[in-house]
Amino acid sequence: MSAPSKQLPIVDSTTPPDGTVKVADPNPSLILGAHSLCPGCGEPVALRLLMESLQDLGIVDRSIGVVGHGCYGSFVRIMDIDVLQCLHGRAPSCATGIKRVRPDSVVFTLQGDGDMVNEGLQEVLHSAARAENITCILLNNGVFGDTGGQATATTVVGQRTKTSLDGRDPAKHGYPIPVSDLVASLDGSGYVARGHVGDPGGVTRTKKMIKEALQSQLDGNGLSLVEILTMCPTGWFVPAGEGPNYQQQSMEQTYPMGVLKRPGGAD
Amino acid sequence: MTTEQTPVPSTARGGVVIDVDSCKGCELCIPVCPPNVLEMSSDRNASGYRYPILHDGCTGCTACQMVCPDYVFTVYRRPRSKKGDGQAG
Repeated sequence: MSAPSKQLPIVDSTTPPDGTVKVADPNPSLILGAHSLCPGCGEPVALRLLMESLQDLGIVDRSIGVVGHGCYGSFVRIMDIDVLQCLHGRAPSCATGIKRVRPDSVVFTLQGDGDMVNEGLQEVLHSAARAENITCILLNNGVFGDTGGQATATTVVGQRTKTSLDGRDPAKHGYPIPVSDLVASLDGSGYVARGHVGDPGGVTRTKKMIKEALQSQLDGNGLSLVEILTMCPTGWFVPAGEGPNYQQQSMEQTYPMGVLKRPGGAD
Repeated sequence: MTTEQTPVPSTARGGVVIDVDSCKGCELCIPVCPPNVLEMSSDRNASGYRYPILHDGCTGCTACQMVCPDYVFTVYRRPRSKKGDGQAG
């Protein structure tokens, strides 16, 4: 990047400039206080997008979140929404139960790649095959961030983790599982998309995907899944600011962005 | 870096209020700023992290607010004048 415009003076950033109106508030009212995740993590951004999407669609009072286990599990402390935290990987099954008992509710799961793909791959696949009318949000960073950065089933080939120090080698560790493509191939899924939160464009597109997925649930189109690639600089052994670049060079090469499936045909 | 400079009132089209003590110093906001007016401080906040400071020239585009994982930026913008007389305010 070019150098900042250092010739321009430093301006006061403790109070709003005179004559301006607020155009963006970083704190949605559904997030109560600060989270405890590492610098440069992408998961809080995904949480903010999810909460804002619920507010934009006006479905907060009938939303129920089902949260798996991972770093994002700490979000249950700050999400001002009904939440169930269930066994590792079992979120889609718990969400199935909630949705069947309370069909008017909007049920979403919040899961990481270790939770959804390693521990609970069958849960999400069977839920999709049964066309359960729930929305699954997958926060995919390719490592078990909560336990220190071990490889997961979505770690891309060549990626260095604590359990693949020389990079993931297909001969030793196998190939990554593109879970979104699997779910999209099932007839029971209604909407499947993959986004990222590494740059403003990705954030905007990902928010649109989350809203479309929730709308797909409201329309009764079957399971909807949004896979969000989130930076984990701690687990990737890169500086916090290098997260988006590293993600772009590694994970985004294996997992292309875009809507994989939507009601009425994919893009 | 010149954090010792006394901040002046902004004359730009937009501005941000930076919640310095929430910042964890990840620097994600620095490269995404289109007018390139954010820079990391040399000072550290209460948690020991460096934090972004704002130079004049912000357009209020909200790019920093979108990528910030720690909800640091509140973005403000001057309403555009109705006649389109070329002035930001």
